[in-house]
Amino acid sequence: MPSTALLLSQAFNGLALGTLLALVASGLTIILGTLGVLNFAHGALFMLGAYAMYVVMAHTGSWLLGLLAGGVFMLVVGVALERLLVRLFYQRPHEDQILVTFGAGIVIVEAVRAYFGGNTKSVPTPPWGQGIVRLGFLFYPTYRLELIGIVAAVLFALYLLLYRTSIGLVVRAGIEDARMVGVLGINVRRAFLAVFALGVLAAGVAGMLYAPIVSVQPDMGGSFLVEAFVVIVIGGLGSYPGAVVGGLIAGEIISLTSAFNTAYSEVMLFAVMALLLVLRPQGLFGSEGRV
Amino acid sequence: MSTSLLELEAVNSFYGDSHILFDVSLTVGRNEVVALLGRNGAGKTTTLRSIMGLVTPRSGSIRLDGRAIAGLPPFEIARLGLQLVPEERAIFGQLTVEENLRLAALTAPNAWSLDRIYEFFPRLRERRRSGGRQLSGGEQQMLAIARALIRDAQVILLDEPFEGLAPLIVRDLVRVSRDLAAQGRTILVVEQNVVAALSFADRVYVLNNGHIAWEGTPAALRGDPALMKAHLGV
Ligand SMILES: Nc1ncnc2c1ncn2[C@@H]1O[C@H](COP(=O)(O)OP(=O)(O)OP(=O)(O)O)[C@@H](O)[C@H]1O
Ligand SMILES: [Mg+2]
Repeated sequence: MPSTALLLSQAFNGLALGTLLALVASGLTIILGTLGVLNFAHGALFMLGAYAMYVVMAHTGSWLLGLLAGGVFMLVVGVALERLLVRLFYQRPHEDQILVTFGAGIVIVEAVRAYFGGNTKSVPTPPWGQGIVRLGFLFYPTYRLELIGIVAAVLFALYLLLYRTSIGLVVRAGIEDARMVGVLGINVRRAFLAVFALGVLAAGVAGMLYAPIVSVQPDMGGSFLVEAFVVIVIGGLGSYPGAVVGGLIAGEIISLTSAFNTAYSEVMLFAVMALLLVLRPQGLFGSEGRV
Repeated sequence: MSTSLLELEAVNSFYGDSHILFDVSLTVGRNEVVALLGRNGAGKTTTLRSIMGLVTPRSGSIRLDGRAIAGLPPFEIARLGLQLVPEERAIFGQLTVEENLRLAALTAPNAWSLDRIYEFFPRLRERRRSGGRQLSGGEQQMLAIARALIRDAQVILLDEPFEGLAPLIVRDLVRVSRDLAAQGRTILVVEQNVVAALSFADRVYVLNNGHIAWEGTPAALRGDPALMKAHLGV
């Protein structure tokens, strides 16, 4: 039986992982919900965000600059990907969409590998995130704790964007019925571009924030992609609240299970997903008969 | 007719390989209420969808106020002041009543205020914070019409607005439709409820297997039981 301190520390790790999964998954879920495209390049885009942070930090040492420049870079990547590639596949069967986004992901990963090499890069923790803090009888890395707060703030900003702005209104309506949005006079194609770029930005920002606490290397997005898929299935396809709650649940399952046995953390995640699918096939926040 | 606001000429529409509309021609004058009747599967919905741009006619022309609109995407046609209120109502169930209305108003240059809409439909004011999926059938239909109205659409295409509703609610909605017409709006209405449709239409077209089979006034149609039976089954 693991100690209370270990369990508690794993619970915090679960929160840090969970908020990040929530961020990655919310990008995935709004793209899936609105555009109907399951974006298999999402893991690669997460990785690209981490590399963007690595490059800017290596040259300037500024975390904030990394976040800003990386954010702009991810938006550009998102817009280019949608305009030049994904857009051509909206009317195509799902298999084609999966193949093309999967292919785009491979190209991104291999391009990064070709340019930066396959070895691990380390991204420094920003000065305000160094050291450890004492939480009662538990010592916990400062950056991880701050990370929870930062990602929570990003998720809240995303919430405000989706639920308090006109763009958000169009996105939420588009998730339900993109054609009717068009019938009501809105240029859905343009809205699709915004949604895709926003989803890519979410994946990229998650990668940037995560970069200091993981080993940054070209294949780092793979397992994250799989976990993000599980999250959106648990939360309900196309649901933003589902992605957030599902992300937190998945983060805790993975972290707490690995306090007992690391080998079982993914198994446990899939077991919970399978159980949930039996009990509630549409996921926690999904509506029946959608997507 | 040069005064027609909406004019279809020899429109042929398909779903994939199946030919649904055959040389459909019809006109709707400014401030006119026209009913499009016909049996199940006659092609009424397809006609409205062709006008809205949801189905692109393979041949023929559709003009709105003299301007050719066939081939334009639905959002551009909507911006020209034409609005389809679809058969399935297509209310956004995850959005509140008010969000449904605000969404509809986003791109309309002369959008009505929410207050003006709520004066027209007091029931929607009471329900404004309710989610779309919590509405009754009648309320959904009101909201569907209100979304066209808040855009200040000049031409409104109503696809079976009374379908599945209780007689009292149908009576209310017929009154709403009359009010719209009295305001100078142009309406093309598709209905199975022939009596309700004829009660506020100025002119009628009957569609049969994708062909316009008859055109005339409600009085002429009512006075011809054989015609009613042959094409409408009533
Ligand atoms: N999406 C579709 N794909 C293929 N065929 C379709 C599609 N929608 C309708 N049809 C067919 O087109 C024909 C005309 O359909 P339409 O919906 O226009 O009829 P309608 O007059 O509106 O009927 P109803 O009174 O039942 O609403 C029908 O035979 C129908 O089966
Ligand atoms: Mg129909």
